[in-house]
Amino acid sequence: MAAESNVTKVTSRLRERMRVADAGDQAFTLVLGDRIAPEVVDTVTALDRQISALHQAGGLSGLIETVPTFCSLTVIYDPLQTSRQQLLAELEQLPPADTLRSSAASRLWRLPVCYEGDCGPDLEATAATLGISVETLIDQHRQSEYRVYMLGFLPGFPFMGDLPPALQLPRRTEPRLRVPPGSVAIAGALTAIYPSESPGGWHLLGQCAVPLFDPARPQPSLLQPGDRVGFTAVNAAEHRRLQQAAEARALDLAAFSEAEVAS
Amino acid sequence: MSERLSEIEVRSAGAYASIQDGGRRGLRRVGVPWSGVLDAALMKIANALVGNQATAPVIEHFDGGLLLKALHGRVRVAVAGQADIDITGEQGVQRVVCWRSVALNAGETLRIGALRAGRLVVVAVAGLQVPETLGSASTYARAGIGKPLAVGDRLSAQFSEASDFLLPEPPTDDDVVIRVVAGPQAGHFLDDALATLCGAPFTVTDQADRMGVRLQGPLLEHRSDTHKDIISDATVPGSMQVPGSGQPIVLLADAQTAGGYPKIATVISADLGRLANRRAGETLRFQLVGVDAAEHAARSHAENLARLIASIRRLPGDGSVDLEALYNSGLISGPISGFESEE
Repeated sequence: MAAESNVTKVTSRLRERMRVADAGDQAFTLVLGDRIAPEVVDTVTALDRQISALHQAGGLSGLIETVPTFCSLTVIYDPLQTSRQQLLAELEQLPPADTLRSSAASRLWRLPVCYEGDCGPDLEATAATLGISVETLIDQHRQSEYRVYMLGFLPGFPFMGDLPPALQLPRRTEPRLRVPPGSVAIAGALTAIYPSESPGGWHLLGQCAVPLFDPARPQPSLLQPGDRVGFTAVNAAEHRRLQQAAEARALDLAAFSEAEVAS
Repeated sequence: MSERLSEIEVRSAGAYASIQDGGRRGLRRVGVPWSGVLDAALMKIANALVGNQATAPVIEHFDGGLLLKALHGRVRVAVAGQADIDITGEQGVQRVVCWRSVALNAGETLRIGALRAGRLVVVAVAGLQVPETLGSASTYARAGIGKPLAVGDRLSAQFSEASDFLLPEPPTDDDVVIRVVAGPQAGHFLDDALATLCGAPFTVTDQADRMGVRLQGPLLEHRSDTHKDIISDATVPGSMQVPGSGQPIVLLADAQTAGGYPKIATVISADLGRLANRRAGETLRFQLVGVDAAEHAARSHAENLARLIASIRRLPGDGSVDLEALYNSGLISGPISGFESEE
C-alpha cells in the first residue's frame, strides 16, 4: 500500500507541470501548452528528448513510441507490458521539462525553392490578398528561418513557423483536390512542403526538389521535429537539375544540412 | 520435411485486398501510421493455422471476391473470418471451411465468396515471402509503401510438408458493445455528450476503409464553435474524432497520425478490431470505461486469444473428415475425439 500511495503522490507532482489527457489503453497525451509558439514546442522537444534518453538507458519498458506535436507529447505504450500508472511514475524521475534547455543539437537545413513560373501558382493572388508585391512575398518567405514544429498530415509533412506577420493569411476558401508533390505553401502562421500529392488548402508559393519523404531511406523523413529550415531561391533551370538528380537518387541530402545548432 | 518455393497469383482482388502484418512502429512522429491488419486476432489465428509466426504478413481482404491460384508447387493457406470459400481444381469445385489450413495443389484456385458476417477476412499463406519496408511488410500506399493487391500480382511462399490444422471453436462476434475511454478533448463537448455517445446506438456508414469508420447517430455537440477545432495533436488507432457535423469518425490503422478535430473518446484496443469488422448499416453501442479497465481488457483479450490459438488441433492426414458437415451439425465444440492435439 505504501508503494501505491507513493505513486499517487509523484503522479500529482507531474501533474503540476502538465496535464495528462486520456487517449485510450495504449496512449496518453502530456499537454504542455495551449498555443503554437516556439517556447511551447521547445518544452515539448525537451520532454521528448528526455523520454527518449530514459528509454535508451533501459527505462520505460513497454514504451512503443512518442509523438511530439505543437503543444503536447503523446506517449504510446503496450498495455501487455506496462501500464499508464507505471509509465507516469517513471516519468516522475525526469527534471521539469519547462526548466530544461535541451543540449541535443537540431539540424539546420537550407532547402532550395523555385518561386518561378508554374512553381508558384498562388504567388500573385497571395501577394494581392496580403497587399504586398510578389517580390516582397518571396523575399520575406525565404529570408526567415523556420522551426519544424511537428510532422503529420502526410508522411514527412512539416508544419513550420512562424511566418513573418506580413505573410499570414487564412487557408484558401476552395481547397485544391491535387497539390503537386514538392509544393512549398503557407497558411496561417505556418509554412510547409507537401511531400506527396494530396488535396490541400494552403497557398502555393514555390517548389522544392529535395524529396521530403522516401521509404527507401533508413530515416524516411528528411526533417525531424525541432529541426530548423531556411529557403534558398533557385531558378527554374537549377530546379529542373535538382529534380533530375532527385529522381536518379543522386542528391546528397547532407549537402542541404548546413550545421548542427544547439537548440 | 521438404521445403519448396511455390508461387500464387492474384486472379481477382475482389473488393479490396492488401498485404498487412503486425504493422510498423516508431515513425508516427514523422507522420507514418502503423498500418497492419485491422483485426490482429484474425491474423494471429490464420498464421497459427498455417504454422507462421503470429504477426507474419497475411492478405487482408474486404467484402469477398478474392481469387488466389497456386501456379506451381503446393501452397498451404488458411482463412480466418466468416466467408463461403471453395477450391477449384481438376476435381471440380470443392467447398472448404474457414478456420482451417488446407493445401492448394498447383493449378488450384482458392475463392473467397460472400462474407457471412463482417467485412474482413484474413488469408494466411504458409511461408509467405514479402519484403519489408521500414520494418514491416504492411502496405501503405499513401507513403509509396506497396500497393493494394491487383490481378496478376504474384506472391512467393515456402511450402513445407506438414499437417493441416483446425480451430475447433471459431470466435463469434454477436456483441454490439464497443468500449471507449474518454478522449483527450472530451471537455470540448457539452457535458452530456459522452452520455449521448454511450446512450444510443450508432450506425456504421458506408464511409469506412482502412483509415477510419464514419458513424451516424445522435449529434455529439461541441461546447461552442471555437471548440470545433483544436491545435493539431497526435491521434492513435481508436481515436474518435468529431468534426463540426457532430458525427464521430473512429480512426484505424492507416489514419493520419495527427489531426485538428477534437477527440471525444478512444475505442479500446481490445474492441477496435471488432469495430473495424462491422458492416455498413450495423449498429453499435458504446460503453464508457476507465483507463485501468481498458488496460485490463487488453490483457484479457490477449489471454483469450492465446487460449483460442492453443486449442488449434491437428487434422487427420487422409482428409477424410467432412468438416463442413461437422461444423453445420454443431458437433464441433472443444477438443474433438480422433483429432490429435498439436503437441
